[in-house]
Amino acid sequence: MANILNKDSVTSELKGSRSHWRQVWSNFRRRRLAFISLVIVGLIYSLGIVAPLIQTHDYQETNIAKTQQGPDHENWLGTDRLGRDIYTRVIWGIQTTVIITATTLITGSLFLGVTMGLLAGYFRGWIDAGIMRIGEVISAFPDILLIILLAATLRPRIVDLARAIEDSTNTTGLVSSGVVDYLVIGVALLPLSWFGMMRLVRGQVLTLRDAEYVEAARAIGTSTPRILFRHILPNVVSPVIVSVSFGIGAIALSEVVLSFFGLGVQPPRPSLGVMIGEVTARGGASVSVLRDHPEQLLAPIIVVWLLIFCWNIVGDALNDVLNPRAR
Amino acid sequence: MLVYILRRLLWTPVLLLLAAFFVFFMGTVAPGDPAELRLGNRATPERVDRLREQLGLNDPLPIRYMGFIGSALKGDLGESYVFQGKTVTSLIGPRLLVSLQLNIAASIVALSVGLPLGFYAAKRQGTKTDPAIVISMLILYAMPVFFTAPFLILFFAVKLHWVPASGWNGMFSTQAILPALTIGIPGAAIFVRHMRASTLEVIGQEYIRTAHAKGMSNFVINYRHVARNAFLPILTLLGFTLAGIFGGSLIVELIYGIPGISRLSLDAIFQRDFPVLTALVLLGSVMLVLANLVIDIGYTIIDPRIRLK
Repeated sequence: MANILNKDSVTSELKGSRSHWRQVWSNFRRRRLAFISLVIVGLIYSLGIVAPLIQTHDYQETNIAKTQQGPDHENWLGTDRLGRDIYTRVIWGIQTTVIITATTLITGSLFLGVTMGLLAGYFRGWIDAGIMRIGEVISAFPDILLIILLAATLRPRIVDLARAIEDSTNTTGLVSSGVVDYLVIGVALLPLSWFGMMRLVRGQVLTLRDAEYVEAARAIGTSTPRILFRHILPNVVSPVIVSVSFGIGAIALSEVVLSFFGLGVQPPRPSLGVMIGEVTARGGASVSVLRDHPEQLLAPIIVVWLLIFCWNIVGDALNDVLNPRAR
Repeated sequence: MLVYILRRLLWTPVLLLLAAFFVFFMGTVAPGDPAELRLGNRATPERVDRLREQLGLNDPLPIRYMGFIGSALKGDLGESYVFQGKTVTSLIGPRLLVSLQLNIAASIVALSVGLPLGFYAAKRQGTKTDPAIVISMLILYAMPVFFTAPFLILFFAVKLHWVPASGWNGMFSTQAILPALTIGIPGAAIFVRHMRASTLEVIGQEYIRTAHAKGMSNFVINYRHVARNAFLPILTLLGFTLAGIFGGSLIVELIYGIPGISRLSLDAIFQRDFPVLTALVLLGSVMLVLANLVIDIGYTIIDPRIRLK
């Protein structure tokens, strides 16, 4: 009996939520600029994901006979100072951005941030105090310095670790595959990526935990995990989505900055930050590259620019659509 | 509220001690022996050992940490590992001044563009001007510094020769113009956004309608009632802008060759100059924490309604 009742309520709940999201989607689609922005972001990301299929060259392939050339039929966006194809390197750089964004979002904001926010807000007491104090210590650091400090000091350790794994398993290529770079960036971004989300979720949960429907669920003996994930979590999804859409641009930019300073993705693997650094005299190139061929900056910078701009527009629209009262 | 502020005040030193310990700990995790780095190619095992002993590097971490805190409280932040014989304070002082000037100049740019434009956009709500301002500001905001800095240099310095391309000579020299613009333009975009939002909020208040109803002139209403009240939340933002000079202008200082605090911290990270780095991070944390505290306390003074809660 209880089982049947439960099932019914679940299906009706699902139906309810489906039409809610359909409504949200149709409201969002009506905002032309936001919709176009989302399409642009989607296009950029898909370029990165299918990079191996649509590349015209190898991203490492140099061509000394043809350096610093403008666009032509062979190199669609021209070549850099080593004669590498800029188009190919940009789409592979986007792939780096996609990987870093996805891992940081999932591990940091979504997994750590949401779970800790749920725990802190629901249980309060010392769990809440502990999590909040840790977060406060971390956010007392100037963001970008902390990221750079972590990346610079942890990189050699992580590379050593990867080498040790290679030695003990008799495999090679772990270090050269770029996984280490992703790991370094991921670890460096992790401390900063969860706190904002955690505070947001915590605030929502603090008001929800005393809501009547949660009290009712507790009264009929619903287990705590079920209350947390089944009753409370669905109600914090909207602000989480808004916050994620605003945060993605910042994550992408952090990777670009790290790689720009030579602390993120290592050459020859391409990253938008590495490409920018190579032209603006950070990566051993002379200033003359910037002076004579500033157009080489255009492709990577426009991608970064578009990503940040479009995610901001999307975030604004989602905020309007999902939190109509907060306007 | 008083209890809240007192608790904050008590927690602040603990927070700073923890932050300092974290940087200290990172220093031990970091590869490279400071003694070896300092001796360079004169490093023999005996010399390294002697220097390590001299610098106190052989002591356990907690002891070194306590020693550092002890002398830091007396205003002595130690000596740089890299710049021989220079105290950390003498390295940071002049650079802090440079960064402060740079950020003040940038804030002036940001405020003088951002506030009027945000106010104007709010006043034009419902017309096409408002979204046009908002979107063009968002475009400027999203523009990466990697783009603005090199292209401003290329255009105004290399091509037109109006201003020098790099260097620093105080905030009133021509060299300050480009870096101030580079930081100020995205900053202006943020101010526009917030000024617009808070102006809209104030315009909707009843006392504005009352002011209109009793026949006050538009000018007086706009400037005495709307703009002044709309500016209050912006103060918060300004506090954080100034506290954010640690690392905030990193790329700008690098590209324009400005000897500021961000540049120093980047060098310290790369050269493993941990005494300098610890001091910088600590200073940055102090500024952020203080900004937070002052803003919180300031709000309760400005807005009596918050005190009642």
